[in-house]
Amino acid sequence: MKILEIQHLNKSYGSTKALSDISLSISKGRIFGVLGPNGAGKTTLIRIINQIIDPDSGIILFKNQPLKREHIINIGYLPEERGLYKKMKVWDQLIYFARLKGLSANEAQYKVDNWLNRMEIAHWKHKRIDDLSKGMAQKIQFISAVLHEPELLILDEPFSGFDPVNAELIKNEILALRERGVTLLLSTHRMESVELLCDEIAMFNKSEKILSGHLYDVKTQFRTNKFELKIKGFMAESIPPGWELISKTEVDTFCVPLQEEGSNGLLHKAMELGEVVGLKEILPSMEEIFIQQVKKHENG
Amino acid sequence: MDKVWLVIKREYLSRVQKKSFLLATLLTPLIFPAIMGFFLWIALDDVDRPYLSIIEVVDENNFFFIESSEQYAFSFSNTSFEDAKRMVREGERFGLIYIPTLDISNPKGITYYSNSTPSMGLTSFIEGSLKRRIEEQKLYEAGIDPDILDAYRTKVNLQTVTLDFSGEEKIADATVNYALGFLAGIMIYIFIFIYGNQIMQGVIEEKSSRIIEILVSSIRPFQLMLGKIIGIGAVGLTQFLIWIILIGTLSTFVIGYLGLQMPQQQLMEMGSAELNQQLPTNSSLYQAIQVIQNINFFQLILTFIFYFLGGYLLYGALFAAIGAAIDAPSEAQQFMLPITIPLLIAYLGLFIFVLDDPNSKASFWLSIIPFTSPIAMMGRASYGIPFSDLLLSMSLLVIGFIFSTWIAGKIYRIGILIHGTKINYKTIWKWLKSA
Repeated sequence: MKILEIQHLNKSYGSTKALSDISLSISKGRIFGVLGPNGAGKTTLIRIINQIIDPDSGIILFKNQPLKREHIINIGYLPEERGLYKKMKVWDQLIYFARLKGLSANEAQYKVDNWLNRMEIAHWKHKRIDDLSKGMAQKIQFISAVLHEPELLILDEPFSGFDPVNAELIKNEILALRERGVTLLLSTHRMESVELLCDEIAMFNKSEKILSGHLYDVKTQFRTNKFELKIKGFMAESIPPGWELISKTEVDTFCVPLQEEGSNGLLHKAMELGEVVGLKEILPSMEEIFIQQVKKHENG
Repeated sequence: MDKVWLVIKREYLSRVQKKSFLLATLLTPLIFPAIMGFFLWIALDDVDRPYLSIIEVVDENNFFFIESSEQYAFSFSNTSFEDAKRMVREGERFGLIYIPTLDISNPKGITYYSNSTPSMGLTSFIEGSLKRRIEEQKLYEAGIDPDILDAYRTKVNLQTVTLDFSGEEKIADATVNYALGFLAGIMIYIFIFIYGNQIMQGVIEEKSSRIIEILVSSIRPFQLMLGKIIGIGAVGLTQFLIWIILIGTLSTFVIGYLGLQMPQQQLMEMGSAELNQQLPTNSSLYQAIQVIQNINFFQLILTFIFYFLGGYLLYGALFAAIGAAIDAPSEAQQFMLPITIPLLIAYLGLFIFVLDDPNSKASFWLSIIPFTSPIAMMGRASYGIPFSDLLLSMSLLVIGFIFSTWIAGKIYRIGILIHGTKINYKTIWKWLKSA
C-alpha cells in the first residue's frame, strides 16, 4: 500500500526551478531516502509534503486522498535546522507541539510522559531548554517530531548536528519505528549515512529526480560485475589475468572481474589458488552512482 | 481556531509568568502614587505648617499694610531697620521688608531681606499688596471715596459651557479635556511601540531559532501570526488593567494615609470648596472637578479600549511582518519607517492640531485615517465628538487593521522561511505580488 503518491510536482521560486515534474510513491512501512546535494530540491519537496508551502502544480495523495490540513496529525517532521523555545520548560514545550499537531490535552500529556520515560529523561521535565546540553536538546527535538505517533515521519538530514551517541540512538529509534509500521522519509546529502537504512531511494539533482527505486535494484543496476576475493595463503606463481591485487597481507585481497564462468566458476578457480576466505560482489556506493548518474544526465 | 487559541495561550502565559512582567506591572503603578504622594505631602506641609513664617516690615512711612496669608504673617512692630536685620540673621524672622520714605508717585528702594531667596509666589504677593495700597492711596488723593473703591474691585472668571443635543448644559474646561486626550493618546502611542516590538522580537526568535519550521508544519502561518498578535495584546491589556486598579487603590491609600481619611473625590471637592472661599481666583479647580464629573467616562473608556486595540492590531501586524522579513533585530531599522512615520505624524498632530483645536480640518483627517486615528482620535474623544465622525473613524480603523493584517500575513508567510538573504523593499514587493 502506498502511503504517499506524488505526481508531476512543480515548484519555482521566481525564475529558479526548485522541483521539476517530480513523481514519487512511497510504500507504507518502508524507509524512503531522498538523496541529493544541497540545493537539489529536497527541502522544497519536504516542505510541500508538510504543507508549509504550496506547489505550483502537481498532485499529492496521502493514503489515496488528496493531501489536506487534516493529515497534519498523521505526519511528523524533524527539520534540518532545529530549534526549541529556549525559555520554555521541556514539558510545556512538548505539550505545546503535541497540541499544535492536534492532540487533545489528555492524549498529549499521556504521550509526552511516555516518550520522556522511554528516553529515560523524565527528570528533565521541569528544566528549561537553555539549561540543557546540546545533546539533551536534540533528544527533545526528536521527541517533538515523533510524539504524536505519526504514520509518516519526515526526517530532514536526520543525523546532522547529532553527536555520535545520539545519532546511534536516533538510528535505532528509526528502525524501531519501522518495526511498528511507521513510514519514514529521510532526506540527506550525505548519501553513505542512509545507505544502510533505506529500502527505497530517490536521487535528486538540480530540481530533477534522476533515479529512483529499491536500493538493491539501484545498486545492481549499476553493478560493475566485479568481486572482492579474499584468499589466504595465495599459492599461484602469477596473478591470473584481469585480477587486481588490492592488498597483500596474511590474506590477499583481489578485485576480480566476472567473466563467463559466473561466480561459482570464479570460486572454483579461486579454490585452486588457496583458501578462500571471502567472496563478495563489489557494488558501487550511492555516492559513486550519484556522480555517475549526474554525469550521464549532464551529457544528455 | 483551536490552534490559534493554543498560540494565544502560550504567548500570553510565557510572558505573564516572567519575573520581569511581574516587576514592571507592580513597580510602575507604585511610582505614580509615590510621585503624587510626594507632591501632596509637600503641598499639605506648606498649608499645615504649625508656625507661620513671620516677615518683619520696617515702614518708614507708617503707611503700608500687608494682609497676612496662610503661610506668612507680616509684623509691623516699629522695630528699627538694624534690629530687624539682626532678627532675620538670627532666624527670628523669616524675612524683612524695608520700605524707605517714599514718594508714592515714584516708589523706589523697597527691599526684601532674607536668609534664602524668596519664592516667586511670595515676591509677587508682596509686590501686589504694596502696589494695591499705593494705587488706592493715589485714587484716594484724587478724591475717590474708599467705598466706591471697594465696589470697583471686581474679579472676572470666564465660565465655559457646552451645549449638547439633549440640551444639557455642561461646564467645559479645556484643560481637563486636554489632559485626558493627551494622556490617552500618549498611552496608545507607547503601547503600540512597546508591544509591537514584543511581537517583532517574538517572530524573530521563532525565525532565527528555526522553531518556525516545526510550527508551520502544524499550523498555518497566518494563524500563528494572529495568535501571537492577540496573545501579546492580551498581555498588554492585562498590564494596563492591573495598573489602573493598582494606581486607583494605591492613590486612594496614599491620600488616605496623609491624614485625610476620606475618599479621593470628596477630598478634592472639600479642598476646592475651601480654597474657593479663600482664593476666588482658584475656582478653576472646582470647575475642573465639575468638568470631570460631566465627562462620560464610560463612553471615553470604551472609545479608549477600541482605539487602543485597533491601533495595536493595525501596527502589530506590521511589526510581525518586519520580524518575519529580517534575521536579527539589528536589521529592523530599514523597515521601521512605514511604522514610525505615521505614528510620529499622529503623535505630533495630536499636540499641534488635535488638542489645540479638536474641530479643525487637520484634526478631522488625523482622526479619520486609520494610521493616525488611534492616537489622534483620543485627543478629540475627550472633548466629545459627533457620533458620525466616530462611526466613520472606527469603521475605517477596522478595515485598516484587516488590510494591514492581510498584507502582513503575505509577507510573514514567505519571510519566516527565508534565511540569510538580504531583504529590501523590492523583495518584499515581489513577495506581495507572488502570494
